[in-house]
Amino acid sequence: MDGSIFSFTLFGWTGANIVTLALVVLGLAVATALVWSRPEPSGEDPKAIEKHRELRARIGSWWVMVALLVGALALGPTAMIVLLGFVSYLALKEYLTIIPTRKADRVVLLVAYLAVPIQYYWIGIGWYGMFVIFVPVYMFLILPAAMVLRGETQGFLKAAGTLHWGLMITVFSIGHAAYLLVLPPPGAPSGMGPGLLIFLLIATEFNDVAQFLAGRRFGRRKITPKVSPNKTVEGFVGGLIATTLLSMALAPLLTPIGLPQAAAIGVLLATAGFFGDIVMSAVKRDLGIKDTGTILPGHGGILDRIDSLVFTAPFFFHAVRYFYF
Amino acid sequence: MTSRDVLRLLFFALLVRPFLLVAIGLSVRHRERLPKDGPVIIAANHNSHLDTLALMSLFPLAKLRKVRAVAAADYFLRNRWLKWLAVDLIGILPIERVTGRGGVDPLAQALAALDAGDILIIFPEGSRGEPEMRQAFKRGVGHIARRRPEIAVLPVFLRGFGKVLPKGDHLPVPFFCDVVIGQPMTGAGEGFMQRLEQTVDALGRETPSSEWA
Repeated sequence: MDGSIFSFTLFGWTGANIVTLALVVLGLAVATALVWSRPEPSGEDPKAIEKHRELRARIGSWWVMVALLVGALALGPTAMIVLLGFVSYLALKEYLTIIPTRKADRVVLLVAYLAVPIQYYWIGIGWYGMFVIFVPVYMFLILPAAMVLRGETQGFLKAAGTLHWGLMITVFSIGHAAYLLVLPPPGAPSGMGPGLLIFLLIATEFNDVAQFLAGRRFGRRKITPKVSPNKTVEGFVGGLIATTLLSMALAPLLTPIGLPQAAAIGVLLATAGFFGDIVMSAVKRDLGIKDTGTILPGHGGILDRIDSLVFTAPFFFHAVRYFYF
Repeated sequence: MTSRDVLRLLFFALLVRPFLLVAIGLSVRHRERLPKDGPVIIAANHNSHLDTLALMSLFPLAKLRKVRAVAAADYFLRNRWLKWLAVDLIGILPIERVTGRGGVDPLAQALAALDAGDILIIFPEGSRGEPEMRQAFKRGVGHIARRRPEIAVLPVFLRGFGKVLPKGDHLPVPFFCDVVIGQPMTGAGEGFMQRLEQTVDALGRETPSSEWA
């Protein structure tokens, strides 16, 4: 935070946050140029053409996501909390669309949707005590209570269990990313909340890409052949090393985390992200689907994109909160 | 444009489309198969009142005037409020489900709309029935297709709207919904109804579904 050349502010933004976001946009621009300069595969191979088209679509979706995030950050913490609340809503809707639900539970599902604005309201007003128990205490007990009033016992446990898991990943977990914005106490340097969130998002997504690339380049030994055959020991370790180095470069700049601690945070994020990824793979395999949705062209559904964040956000949040606030 | 057309345009632009975008979220497969202009018959499975609004919203607002959904007169003309909503606001073509009264051709309005180049939406199941379960197709669409064999029939499969707003329910619950558009076919030749049913079922198999217990 006290880095000399980054210690300026612009429109209330800290220099480190601006430089980092500019680097993200630059990186994306380079990736776009690389993908678009590649010639369209000629010939009769429909698979190659499809792959090429998907890669371009994926880059396009990245631009939309980065633009939304930067725009919301520029508007201030409230806008960012609203945006992440909307992401939670879309993720919950996607989850409820892909799991089997019971006709009897229609009203119960509306109550579950109601948890999104309420949880993000606690985040908005910075009420930590309520934020951290609202979903796992109140919602997890109120939902089965509402279900039992509907009187349908057939499939009760399955319906209650799947609904709990859905709120856990889409609302409670993702909410931790939003709470980073209001985590620093009033006296903290400005830009620390956004800095923590920017760092979490960059490290999580970077780790996804790094594990994928390392796996493709060096991958030999499969970790979970039944769940996700593409995941290898080499991919995991390669991603972990890259993410740890990135964390050591970025965390001291964007967050109150010091250099040695940043290495530990990098290991934590890489490991959590890996498990988030394969847990969502297991969910999809159980449901017999390849993607969770179609809302992000080239990526699939919103759950396909935030699968790692579901695990990294709470672990990162609680590590930072315990040691620094 | 009449004031009715303006009202319908505003209704779709300000209410229907934002609702479909935020509360539902349509995933449209093979959008390129949608024709830009009529006459065409769109034959879809039917689970919810939202089916009509979703299919109408696939067309640009400027085309809204030309998109007409065939709907049961006995249901939608029950009282004046419903009639205003269905006929004036949404612009349905009311059709008598019970035929043979007074010797009027029950399909006359639908055929006239096609002859005027309209896009006709028909739900061959005849009613919404059990949510997310396809009933046997009724023959009305077959009669229309046989009497206008040169006009294309576009089979469409809809999934999820019966979960969002099933028959007998008034409170919509958000879910993503699928719209799968098929290849155009014609009513000429034998076994049209059977072919249509099979095509719609095949479109349904293009997207995975979760059971609805």
